[in-house]
Amino acid sequence: MQNKTRNLYLIPYVFWILLFVIAPILLILYYSFFDIEGQFTLGNYTDFFSPVYLTMTLSSFWYAFLITAFSLLIAYPTAYLLTKLKHKQLWLLLIILPSWINLLLKAYAFLGIFGTYGPANALLEVLGIGAKQILFTDFSFLFVSVYIFIPFMVLPIYNALEKLNPSLVDASRDLGASSWTTFRRVIFPLTLDGVKAGCQAVFIPALSLFMITRLIAGNRVITLGTAIEQHFLVTQDWGMGSTIAVFLIIAMAVFMIATGNRRRGI
Amino acid sequence: MGIKGKISNLYLVAVFIILYAPIFYLMYYSFNSGGAMHDFEGFTLEWYQEVFADTRLLIIVLNTFVIALLSAAISTILGVMGALAINHVKRRQVKQTLLTLNNVLIVSPDVIIGASFLILFTIIGIQLGFASVLLSHIAFSVPIVVLMVLPKLQEMSPTLIDAARDLGASRWEVLTKVVLPYITPGIFAGFFMALTYSLDDFAVTFFVTGNGFSTLSVEIYSRARQGISLSVNALSSLLFLFTIALVIGYYFINQRNSRPKGMEVRK
Repeated sequence: MQNKTRNLYLIPYVFWILLFVIAPILLILYYSFFDIEGQFTLGNYTDFFSPVYLTMTLSSFWYAFLITAFSLLIAYPTAYLLTKLKHKQLWLLLIILPSWINLLLKAYAFLGIFGTYGPANALLEVLGIGAKQILFTDFSFLFVSVYIFIPFMVLPIYNALEKLNPSLVDASRDLGASSWTTFRRVIFPLTLDGVKAGCQAVFIPALSLFMITRLIAGNRVITLGTAIEQHFLVTQDWGMGSTIAVFLIIAMAVFMIATGNRRRGI
Repeated sequence: MGIKGKISNLYLVAVFIILYAPIFYLMYYSFNSGGAMHDFEGFTLEWYQEVFADTRLLIIVLNTFVIALLSAAISTILGVMGALAINHVKRRQVKQTLLTLNNVLIVSPDVIIGASFLILFTIIGIQLGFASVLLSHIAFSVPIVVLMVLPKLQEMSPTLIDAARDLGASRWEVLTKVVLPYITPGIFAGFFMALTYSLDDFAVTFFVTGNGFSTLSVEIYSRARQGISLSVNALSSLLFLFTIALVIGYYFINQRNSRPKGMEVRK
């Protein structure tokens, strides 16, 4: 009897996995062995290990790391303080609200804010630093990316903090731990799953932010995402695009193993 | 405590200002008769008139919302089934495999999802357009719903189900009267996350959208690449107001549904 229900739930779900998870990965792998004329080749892989692609890969990872680190630094205290508020559900919604505003609109807003005559430069003028080129720099790219990812980092951390049993914190305080020790030894370890989920939700998408590199960084920053988009939609070289994608999938698998595997039995 | 409280309030206020400033900045300049996103010259509704006169844009807005609502609804159903399936599986290895496969699309970069779906749809022969965009939005929303629902299922005590069974409930009744009410907050969270992802998605849609069909993000991208036009500002202000209305609605529904229940569960 138990068996029958289980199978019924599994059917649509497994169908979804086969069609949209397994098949696409296999197709990417298959296409990575073909050149632009549809001939079988290993050339895409040798190309990938040329210095051009390797530097691009490294810088792409570096930016993604920076974006994740800054989002976490801003989001964790935010989530923590949110749980202390009176109408915390409402405030949480207000934090998530900007993430419902289309991502491109936010990027677009920064075209104005960081523009030559925008308020960011006006502020610099007032401070006596003088107007600078802000748009199309690494700084603007990082700022806008972190801005976009903050809500995605706050939500899982907030959920983890909410699940945390407050009596554990009280116990730690009663036993004489300072608030910093309590945070470091009790709160943070117990909300690590939320942090990991947040990092997963930020790091990998950060590798693929191709429209922000186009709009805000003015093609100065070329991420792996930009390269794949270029190969698939501009040069139509699906083979090379798939090859870069294969390496991204490998990176993704490594990242998942590193942050996945939560301890069982909690 | 007083100083600490002030600092933490200040921090939250700063985060809120940073999060909202760009949006209000956009809205403010949507009323600028000057035609640029700086130097406010005078008040005008010209850009709003332009938005409402642009039938093509309105169709795109409609498409975007139809896709978002449909994909969120369908992926919520699929995702709840998935979470139930994973929760029912007893063998740890199978469970782990399913979870890993589930998470693949979440950690996949959008570009990979887009590129691989483009290959997939081309091979299956699905025309790029509404169907391909809807299918891909459903596909990448399912695992989010699963992840939102699964923790709720896992924290539910199995004795609740046993009790319901002992008291003579059928499997269907156990599902609709015990399990689903318990995991409702997770389902809501999953639905709204799916909605968020769909409305927010640009990269995947950009790959699978083809020529005739467009969503708002793709349209704004192509407009933004041509430079600043204040009708985009006007459009985003309208979208923002819509989102706020949606959130207020969601908040009240959520509060009415979960408050009493939450109190019952809490010790």
